[in-house]
Amino acid sequence: MKAWNRFKKSYVLYSFKRDPIAISSFSVLMVLVIISILAPVIAPYNTYDSATFDIMDAETPPSWLEGGNEMFKLGTDIQGRDLLSTMIYGLRVSMIIGIGAVLFQALLGILVGMFSGFFGGKLDAFLMRIADIQFSIPYLIVAIFTSAIFKLAFGVGRYEELAIPLLIIVIGMSQWPNYARTVRASVLGEKNKEYVEAARVIGINRRQIMFRHILPNTLTPVLVLSTIQVANAIMSEAALSFLGLGMPITKPSLGSLIRAGFEYIFSGSWWITFFPGVLLVIVILVILLLGDWLRDVLNPKLYKG
Amino acid sequence: MFAFIVRRIIQAIIVMLVIGLVGFVIQHQIGDPVRDLVGERVTPAEREVIRDRLGLNDPFYIQYFRFVKNACKGDLGFSFFYKKPALQVIVSKAPATIELVIVTALILIVISIPAGIYSAINPRSWLSRLIMAISTIGVAMPVFLTAIALIYFFGVELNWLPSYGRGETVNIWGWESGLFTFDGLKHLILPSVSLSTIMLPLFIRLVRAEMMEVLETEYIKFAWAKGLHRQRVWYLHAFKNTLLPVITVFGVQLGILFAFTILTETVFQWQGMGFMFLEAVERSDTSLLVAYLVLVGVIFVVVNSAVDIVYGFVNPMVRIAGTK
Repeated sequence: MKAWNRFKKSYVLYSFKRDPIAISSFSVLMVLVIISILAPVIAPYNTYDSATFDIMDAETPPSWLEGGNEMFKLGTDIQGRDLLSTMIYGLRVSMIIGIGAVLFQALLGILVGMFSGFFGGKLDAFLMRIADIQFSIPYLIVAIFTSAIFKLAFGVGRYEELAIPLLIIVIGMSQWPNYARTVRASVLGEKNKEYVEAARVIGINRRQIMFRHILPNTLTPVLVLSTIQVANAIMSEAALSFLGLGMPITKPSLGSLIRAGFEYIFSGSWWITFFPGVLLVIVILVILLLGDWLRDVLNPKLYKG
Repeated sequence: MFAFIVRRIIQAIIVMLVIGLVGFVIQHQIGDPVRDLVGERVTPAEREVIRDRLGLNDPFYIQYFRFVKNACKGDLGFSFFYKKPALQVIVSKAPATIELVIVTALILIVISIPAGIYSAINPRSWLSRLIMAISTIGVAMPVFLTAIALIYFFGVELNWLPSYGRGETVNIWGWESGLFTFDGLKHLILPSVSLSTIMLPLFIRLVRAEMMEVLETEYIKFAWAKGLHRQRVWYLHAFKNTLLPVITVFGVQLGILFAFTILTETVFQWQGMGFMFLEAVERSDTSLLVAYLVLVGVIFVVVNSAVDIVYGFVNPMVRIAGTK
């Protein structure tokens, strides 16, 4: 309750209320998040259950077009699945992978950045060299290569079975240096301040100082970074799936839906690509706009990139 | 300075050895070099003989050492699918990718600089607002969607431009070029335009931001006070100084552009290195995949080290950082 009261008076909420772009992108994002959480309830059909769809319905156009069917509001995809339901499940998959990948890389990056910044010396030089080297290679290339290697190592069938956790690892591994650098920079700024000195003087052990005292003070830039990283992760997932290195078509994400639809675009079935594509752009745009707003409000000086 | 260069080169070598190790492990643990050579129809006994002769039963480090030695000589293994040395396959695909990147870079320069300057000079005009709005949406638009949209409108609906392949090419000293035939140029339009949309928002914003910053500086105010002509102040005095940071970023982003060719080449079935890479993944052509991985690693390491060393010459602070 106390935290809520403090939040009610905070500058963040004040500037949020005055920014129409922030309000609208936040509400759109919330709607999308709720839809993806409640996907099994909201979606008209369960697209993971092959008994609910029929190949004979394949490539039905949206209901308002000629040849459309009222049963399928946005038409059907190439396997005869209701496109709207497939998109809702796809959104769910994309969100799970995006958020999962960011949690994974945040954990990895915060640990590395924390140890690197706190202990310094050889450990710092070593860890930051690794981060620098990986940073010099575009993260999408890292993700494409690792997923290609995983796909070869696991074999296609097994890879598709484990696609969600593997993609979380692949995308997380490709983006962690961002966190490590951001956290390290803030730890370097914090670790010589008086409160850390005071904690040390009264004999608190190092682990507690690191995670109970310094960590909370580094979280502002991490929060800003996280919004942008979620958008990047969703975008990477879509790219990987589009290349055939991501989610299989039986459990499609938005990217694999676009990939499947693309093969049929020459025969004029534009809706299979169009609707998932628009949804993907909306998701990413909304998160990016929110991230921009958050950065302006919190204005962490250490944020780069 | 000498110590700095040596340090950078040692680091580059270590990175290459690690990349080589990854490639080696993939080639020998996931792939099967014997299959790459002789195919599937050989008896196990004969396989064992070949394994022995190739030295595949040697200890790990000896094999790794041999892999590195061969890689230095340019032998990166044998492509199972193409029945050719992997490096030769990659080199034969390189011109397509390089031409795509060059044309994309030209489009980037031709569009982003005027658009950025215009929106910096007239920040309140409706056109610059439009440019900024489009570039915001452009950031959120994955490149394959842009590409598909372009294909749908210009390839399928209007039927103006070809949407896959390279079209007619001419061979100039062993370089398969599409730049000199009308058909080849027509095939280049859609892929390069969609590839350039990845970087356009970034560059327009960059040019705009740099230009606006320069326009606030003292020497520009002095130029105004001197009564110089507007065009002269903008295009001669201000623009010149926005160029330096733009060129720096441009150099860095060229590498990223290279990465994104994998996506555009897939959409347009452009017969370049990225397309070849994905085909190699689908065919489990491990040697080709490893060769591509090592080659991309070499390119990035060499470019980054070169950039660092050049920076070291220009800016002494870089040399000192990371010494202790």
